Order: sequence, then structure tokens, then C-alpha cells
Amino acid sequence: MSLKAILDRTLLWVCVFLLVSPAVLFFVWMISLSLKYEIDNGAYPPILIPETVAWRNYGEVLESNRFGTYFINSILVTGAATLIGLIVGVPAGYGLARMKARRTAMLILIARMTPGLSYLIPLFLLFRWMGIMGTLWPQIIIHLVLTVPIVIWIMISYFETTPMELEEAALIDGATRWEVFRHVALPIAKPGVVVAMILAVIFSWNNFVFGIVLAGRETRTLPVAVYNMISYDQVSWGPLAAAALIVTLPVLVVTLIAQRQIVAGLTAGAVKGG
Amino acid sequence: MNEASLGQAAAAQAAAASSTMGKAGRPPAWTGGYWPFVLPAVVVVLAVILFPWVFTIWMSGQEWKLGQGSSFVGLANYWRMTGDDRFIESFWHTLSYTALSVILPILVGTAAAVVFNERFMGRGVLRALFVLPMMATPVAIALVWTMMFHPQLGVLNYLLSLVGIPPQLWVFHPGSVIPSLVLVETWQWSPLVMLIVLGGLSSIPTEPYESAVIDGASRWQLLRHITLPMVAPFIMVAALIRTIDAVKSFDIIFAITQGGPGTASETINLYLYSVAFAYYDIGYGSAIAVIFFGLVVALSVLMVWLRQRTQWSEAGAAA
Repeated sequence: MSLKAILDRTLLWVCVFLLVSPAVLFFVWMISLSLKYEIDNGAYPPILIPETVAWRNYGEVLESNRFGTYFINSILVTGAATLIGLIVGVPAGYGLARMKARRTAMLILIARMTPGLSYLIPLFLLFRWMGIMGTLWPQIIIHLVLTVPIVIWIMISYFETTPMELEEAALIDGATRWEVFRHVALPIAKPGVVVAMILAVIFSWNNFVFGIVLAGRETRTLPVAVYNMISYDQVSWGPLAAAALIVTLPVLVVTLIAQRQIVAGLTAGAVKGG
Repeated sequence: MNEASLGQAAAAQAAAASSTMGKAGRPPAWTGGYWPFVLPAVVVVLAVILFPWVFTIWMSGQEWKLGQGSSFVGLANYWRMTGDDRFIESFWHTLSYTALSVILPILVGTAAAVVFNERFMGRGVLRALFVLPMMATPVAIALVWTMMFHPQLGVLNYLLSLVGIPPQLWVFHPGSVIPSLVLVETWQWSPLVMLIVLGGLSSIPTEPYESAVIDGASRWQLLRHITLPMVAPFIMVAALIRTIDAVKSFDIIFAITQGGPGTASETINLYLYSVAFAYYDIGYGSAIAVIFFGLVVALSVLMVWLRQRTQWSEAGAAA
């Protein structure tokens, strides 16, 4: 190796280090905070690896504050919003792709640009009027604002790239359009459905603003529950960091497993939720 | 549900039957006949997306505090905004926050794309680690950043002290709160820019590089004169997405500062939240929502226009 090549490599590795270290340091520090007793979290200079590990921070979070209820709330809201999003969005993506309805598709994209908060005032009034405020339904319904457009957009871009020959052949053989969709188009687009589902789950799981307005004491989702923990000053850093880690862990695991699919989906036009 | 799907099947069958009546061997007509697939989505979109827009515009013409009656006041709510110092202040916060939150992630993300486009050991894993912040739950990371920003106990001031920089007040000082929040925004969203630009980089043909290398171009010249111009449209797409996302940023700001200290980091989105859900001033809140929506659309249109302009000038340069 020439000297220039060695220099090039060194420079590259310095750049990689500079780029990746903020992310790595952050998550390492997050884990560290969650595993330290209050005395170690308040130490200066800060301690990265404590002498005694405070596993009980996690126990404390899981036992107190009805964390279990909030976890189930999060799963119900995200699960229902994703399921409805897929049931409604996948056929719509197919129909729009086959009709080449670009303008309608653009209209749905505008829904992605609109600030999430601007849906809250009218829907909040509607939910109050309907008398469903104490239930999980308001959150499930408003999360459709996130999941339906993502699913539709990803499915449009998927169906546009799937070959039409098989579908045409099936139609000529006398299959109905519904049968063609069900037995020909959908199996081919299965990877697209998985991408749409993953992104819908992540955006819904991470959402905070809808929950902070619509959730009552019994219907909080995890992000809202974690935020509410901050308001109590007596809560110490260790359990807070543990709670934060528990909330975001499912998403991080999914991201690491399905990296490729998520990247494909995100660059296909999905923007962050909210 | 059953009835609906039966109806869909029947409609689809009729459509299919009529389309297969066409000339033998030619594909059937592809327009129409797909509305049954779209219909459920249309209902949902009307209910949760279009209805709120229309209702918000109607409410913005009302004097309406929750729990009291409403009365029509025309454009009074919009007029009120022009004299509302807190609104005007939040408007400027939004602009500076957005500008910084577009520029910095674009710089970092583009640099990261160039780096991750090189081949090196462990590239996939390192890239996955770099992307991780983007997917993490905003409230969770906001919580940890709040601890890291802590002036006495936070790890950031400790890290600064290692390189001899005096401790900062970060989000606890009006002058440094927005830059500090932008730091979090940059940390979280540079990966998105990286992914988009990386997609662009992978589509660049190798010929221009080969001929430029033969002509003796340096690494910097390759970057400046070949790579960057060719990924410029992708950078514009990233800037567009980043602008839309940054202008409506909520989770990070709300969870870390609640708009404070005082109102030093209150953006339009946070002010809108206060007006609508802390003061329950529905009419005025709706008017702010309409203006805010207009701002988002205006910025989007501006970015799309800029993007078309850059494409045009490239085409002009190529011709």
C-alpha cells in the first residue's frame, strides 16, 4: 500500500468515527443511565460503568405507574391503527396504481405534509361529541392519519413496479378484478406490505402529540406515560432512562432486523410521522 | 363488510367482463373498475383528513372557547394574530429553527452519504448504527438528551470540559436553546438525508469518474465537479422533506423545553398547542392552524420550485 492509500484509509476511518460516534455514544449513555443508582448518576465526573449495577431501575418502572396498562394501550392503538391502515390502504394503493391516479395520490401526500396537530382540534371536538373520549378509539382513529397515507404511498410505488402481464392474463382468463388482486397482485407485493406495516407500526408507536391531547389516565400510550414521568420531580434519572429505553427498544430491534426494508420504504416517499 | 365485499366483487366482475369484451389479444382497458379498491380509503381520508381541514377553516371564523358558545366573527381571529406578539415571536422561532434544522442535517447527511458510499469493513453495521437515532421514539430520546444537557450533571458539559470549553447552559438559556434543540434534530435526522443522497450516489454512472481520473482530477475535484452536481436533485428532495418535517417539529421541543425557557423556543406548532389545548381557545387556535398549514404548503411549493429550477439549469448546462 502506498503512503497516499494509507492516508486515504485513515481519513476515511476518522470520518466514519466522527459520524457514527454520536449515535453510539448516545445509546451507550442511555443504557448507562438506566443501570446506575442515583448516586452514580449524580456523580461528577460522570461514571460510565458503575461498580454496582442498578437492575432494580427496570423493576421499578415495570412495577409502578401502571406501565403494563400503558404498554398494552400502546400495542392496542398501534396494532389497530396499523391493521386498519393495511386493510384500507393496500387495496387503495393497488387501485390508485392501476388507475394511474396521480392527482389523488398527491392529495394523500399533502396529508403527510400537514402538521399532525392541526387534525387534533376538529377531531378532538368530534370525539367529545361522540362521547368516546374515555376509550382508546380516539387514538386509534387519529393514528389512521399516520398509517393510511404511509401504507397507500408505499403500496402505490410497489404495485407500480410489479409486472402487469400475469394480471392481464388472469383477467383475460375470466378472473374478477378482486380475484386478480387477491391471488395475483397481492402475493407478489407481499414484501411491500411488510414494509408498509413496519413503517406504520414505527410511526404509530413513536407518536406523542395525539396521545398527549387525547389520552386520559387509563388510556395513555407509552410515549405519553414516559413524558408524564418527567413532570414528577422526585423521579430519579435511572428509572426515567430505563423507561425511555423500554419504550424505544421494540422500534430499535425492528430497525436492526429489517434495516434494508425500512430504508427502501423510507426513501420511497414516506416522511416522518406527526 | 360482507355486503361491501360482495358488492365490490360484483362491480369488479362487471368491470372485468366489459373490459375483456375488447379486441382479442389486446390488454383490457385499465382505466376505471378500480374504484371499489379505493372506496374504503376514500371514506377514511374524508373522515379523518378532509373533514378536519374543512372544519378547521370554518372554526377559524368563530369566536369559540371550549365550554362556551360560538359566534361568527369573520376574519377577526386572523386580524388578532397580527397584534399577537407571542404569535409573531413563535413565527420567527419557527423560521430560524427550520432553517438550521434543514442546513445542518443536509451538510452532515450529505457528508455521511459520501463516506458510506466508500467500501470499507463493517460498512453495513456502522450504517445501521448511524441510522438508529432516526427510528428511536422521540420522547424517549428527548428525555435522555434533557439529562445530557443538564448544566451541572450532564455529560455534555463534562465532554466539553475535556477539550477545555467552558460549561454551557444548553436548553436552559434563551440564547442557546434553539441551537441546542437543532443539535438533537441534526443528530436524529441527518440519517434520513444520508439515505436519500446515498440512493442518488448509487445511481451515478462510473464513466465520468474514469475519464476525470485519467485527466488527473483530485479527489476533491471529483467531489466538487462530478458527485455533488449529480446528486443535487437528491439533496433537494432531502431538503424538501427536511423542511416539511422541521417546520412542524413538536415532540423534541415539547418534551425537552415545553417551549421554554419562557417562550424562547416556542414555535408556531407549540403555540398552537397552547392556544388550543391549554387555553381551549378553539377559534383562534383554528386560525393559527390554517396559517400554519399555509406556511407548510408555501415552504413545500417553494422547495419544489427550487428543485425544478435546479433541474432546469442542469439541463441547460448539459445542452
